[in-house]
Amino acid sequence: MTDSQRPDTVVELIDVTRSFPGPPEVQALKGVNLAINRGDYLSIVGPSGSGKSTLLNVLGLLDRPSVGEFLLDGVRTGALSEEERAALRGRSIGFVFQSFHLLPRRTVLDNVLISTLYSGVPRAERMPRARAALDRVGLGHRLGFLPTTLSGGERQRVAIARAVIAQPRLLLADEPTGNLDAQTSREVMDLFEELNADGLTLVVITHDSAVAERARRGIRIDDGRVSVLR
Amino acid sequence: MTRAALWRTSTWRTPTWLGRLKKPFGKAERPPRPVNPVKRADRFTVQDLMVEASHGIGGHTGRLVMTTMGTVLGIASLVVTIGFAQTAAGQIARQFDSVSATQVLVQPGKAGNMFGSGTPKTSLPWDAPERVERLAGVEKAGLVGQVDAAGARITAVPVNDPSAPQSAGPPLLAGSAGLLDAVRGSVVTGRFFDAGHDARADRVVVLGTRAAEELGVNRVDRQPAIFIGDRAYTVIGIIDGVQRRTDMLDAVILPSGTARADFGMGSAQELHVRIAIGAGSVVGKQAPIALDPNTPDNFDVIAPQSGSELQQSVQADVNIVFLVLGLIALLAGGLGIANVTLLSVSERVGEIGLRRALGATRREIRAQFTVESVVIGLLGGLIGAALGVFAVVGVSLVQQWTPIIDLPMVLGCAVLGAVVGLIAGAYPAAKASKIEPISALRQGV
Ligand SMILES: Nc1ncnc2c1ncn2[C@@H]1O[C@H](COP(=O)(O)OP(=O)(O)OP(=O)(O)O)[C@@H](O)[C@H]1O
Ligand SMILES: [Mg+2]
Repeated sequence: MTDSQRPDTVVELIDVTRSFPGPPEVQALKGVNLAINRGDYLSIVGPSGSGKSTLLNVLGLLDRPSVGEFLLDGVRTGALSEEERAALRGRSIGFVFQSFHLLPRRTVLDNVLISTLYSGVPRAERMPRARAALDRVGLGHRLGFLPTTLSGGERQRVAIARAVIAQPRLLLADEPTGNLDAQTSREVMDLFEELNADGLTLVVITHDSAVAERARRGIRIDDGRVSVLR
Repeated sequence: MTRAALWRTSTWRTPTWLGRLKKPFGKAERPPRPVNPVKRADRFTVQDLMVEASHGIGGHTGRLVMTTMGTVLGIASLVVTIGFAQTAAGQIARQFDSVSATQVLVQPGKAGNMFGSGTPKTSLPWDAPERVERLAGVEKAGLVGQVDAAGARITAVPVNDPSAPQSAGPPLLAGSAGLLDAVRGSVVTGRFFDAGHDARADRVVVLGTRAAEELGVNRVDRQPAIFIGDRAYTVIGIIDGVQRRTDMLDAVILPSGTARADFGMGSAQELHVRIAIGAGSVVGKQAPIALDPNTPDNFDVIAPQSGSELQQSVQADVNIVFLVLGLIALLAGGLGIANVTLLSVSERVGEIGLRRALGATRREIRAQFTVESVVIGLLGGLIGAALGVFAVVGVSLVQQWTPIIDLPMVLGCAVLGAVVGLIAGAYPAAKASKIEPISALRQGV
């Protein structure tokens, strides 16, 4: 029923509820069922406070469901220790944030290399992979720059390079274009789509309908409940 | 095979068929290992930890300087304290075998009037050297005293030329045979008089080098004579290098027996005693008793303080004051490090969240902040130790002491800085490791 029969399922949420004990108690996710297959490109839309980030945190192993089960690659994550979850997070999941989260005092190259420290990337491969990832996002000529000297679009591309260097199974992006103008947003989304075309499973939260409509699959969250758009 | 052996083998090695059978029925069957083990070298190693920690520290140079200041001061004052104590101890050890620590001087006490110049209460017996030399710790003793020549001039030639300028001539002293050894003098040429000359009241003299120069005597092999008044005395030696009574170098010295016979000398004024190292206080107490068992208080004795007493008192003085200051500064330094590391943790909540999202465990976050504060402490310790060494060497140079600094002690103090950092960083690092990644990520980096 699980892993062996559906090897293409990367993510499976079964009746996931996440409630924050109050008072007042908030149910940010209510009985969510969701499956994401390898190579999927999924967008999540919904009003502010509807539970999008909460869902993403669960998917990213940063948070645990209060009720229900989250299977990542067929593994029941609820049974894992904190250490195992951290290791799995480092190796299987990549994050891209709205506000980039680059270390301001480290160079572009260092910011990408940080991701290899905790994810078991073989030491000898770290530098070539970081260069390749930065080349891939078109920043091969900015290796020694500090993030503070880069434009918003460039910063987000550094963050994407950092997210993919450990070759994750799942890339989670929370409002990746929220701080970018329309033109730069399109460029970043083009990059995401290239990565997805290469087989990366992609989940993007967005407010921007132009961004959401580019995804092959779309879901909508309203007050913690998920409805499938396409 | 015995039964027991059989039983043992079967528990040691589960037969393979049993192992194969067990699996399908296993209750707590875990899913396939979620996380394949990673080679040790590819994990977050000490090397990675050091690089990340050094970047964490390197960010704020100005703040780093302020943070390390307390530790620098604390460690510096510890090194200075111990360094000075060791230097002082070495200094005293040197003095200890130097002249002042091995000489005792005995004089007849003066009947006290306010100006300290009364008549002597007693006199030194002529056999004082023999009496004192019987004491343990005494190596040599010798009497010395001024001789009143009753206006007789000391000259190299017996001419009585009234037109010649009336120079005072060299002073006249009398001593016992052991005097030269007692004041650590040496013979330049010839010899010093012995107990025989003394007992026979032979008319011989010994000249100090400057007196010999003044009198124009530079060799004694032809038995030159000098004249005191109109009596001739044979010069048998020239001496130099005395450490006490340096006026002997300007003087003409008679055997005390001769001085008594020819000039009616009453008694000697000083008894010089050369003693073994460390015997100062004992000899100082016993010598007057040996000289006059009934009224030993009539003698004034100048004896060196016992070396170890001196050493202890000096060391104790230095230690307490500086040690307390050093420890206070170190405490302040530790609090400073704790404070700044705490500040750094709260400033870097976003970074902590990011690292956790990238797969860092709580332990790795804790290790990073611990190492950062250990490195800050070690840095303070190294700078402080270096400053302390400079201070000890500098002051010693000015004071013309020999600086003695124990290298392991200095390194130990530097390491103590790291220990302070370790203790100070414990709480902030624990706090950093408890930060939840979700809430941390809401804050930007
Ligand atoms: N730690 C928490 N404690 C209590 N309530 C929380 C906590 N985190 C989130 N919530 C609540 O859960 C709900 C969903 O929050 P979430 O951040 O997932 O919304 P969102 O869809 O991402 O909104 P936005 O589009 O503004 O980012 C909100 O009502 C929020 O107040
Ligand atoms: Mg959100």
